[in-house]
Amino acid sequence: MTTETLERPAAPVVDPLAQAIADVDGLPETYVEADLESAIRTKELVIVNWSGDLDKVWPVLILSSTAAASGVRCKVFVTFWGLLPFVKDQKRVVGENWMQRMLTLMQRPGIDNLKLSKMNFLGMGPWMMGVLRKKYGVASPRELLEAATALGVEFIPCQMTMDMFGLKREDLIDEMGDPAGAATAIEIMTEADASLFI
Amino acid sequence: MTLQISTTVDARGLSCPMPIVKTAQAIKAISSGGIVEVLASDPGSVKDFVAWSRTTGHELLEQTADGGTYRFVIRRK
Repeated sequence: MTTETLERPAAPVVDPLAQAIADVDGLPETYVEADLESAIRTKELVIVNWSGDLDKVWPVLILSSTAAASGVRCKVFVTFWGLLPFVKDQKRVVGENWMQRMLTLMQRPGIDNLKLSKMNFLGMGPWMMGVLRKKYGVASPRELLEAATALGVEFIPCQMTMDMFGLKREDLIDEMGDPAGAATAIEIMTEADASLFI
Repeated sequence: MTLQISTTVDARGLSCPMPIVKTAQAIKAISSGGIVEVLASDPGSVKDFVAWSRTTGHELLEQTADGGTYRFVIRRK
């Protein structure tokens, strides 16, 4: 008995843990799985598109289409004035009552009718933007919207805004996702790697 | 060894972010290991293609400038 305990210090010449690691070909399985999972996890960007102004919607569409083109999953929560650019082209005045209809009379809906947040000058500003855009080969909001939807950017309309503006699902472009509320916005924002309110 | 280019994206005259968007669409259409050649005139694309290949994991094999034309050769991951 005593000899046995005395001999013990000589026995762990080989560390059992090191031995186990050496026996395994490559890394332990669980380690590899965890590592791969973190490596292939898709990054996610969420943008809240609040404004209907040309100089706000434009960067939203640039960032969302670039995110999707970069393999970053992108969701755009579309709310308040931001909803009007996503109304179908053929819709001119939308809404159920005179107040809602007047709203769209003052702010014409549709992706081609965006105004500048400053220096609009009754449409002079956006017109000059359009001339400069063509001169320098910059894609229009319409082209970017087409690219974004083709690349899988998910546009989520705000149900509350739709109700308040009197917008029906069929008033909005077909590419839009199902309407949702603030809780959905909070959930996607907190789960994303980055979120922007533009 | 010359690279076997599967497809060429001519993004000359296009501004940010279209060279990237068009390249992303082109690279989707080819199989893994396939090579895309991109021609661009946007000076911003020099930095953007480096950043984009880091984000996506596609390999930027070559990057050259000839006058106002930038050429990128990318291998799909």
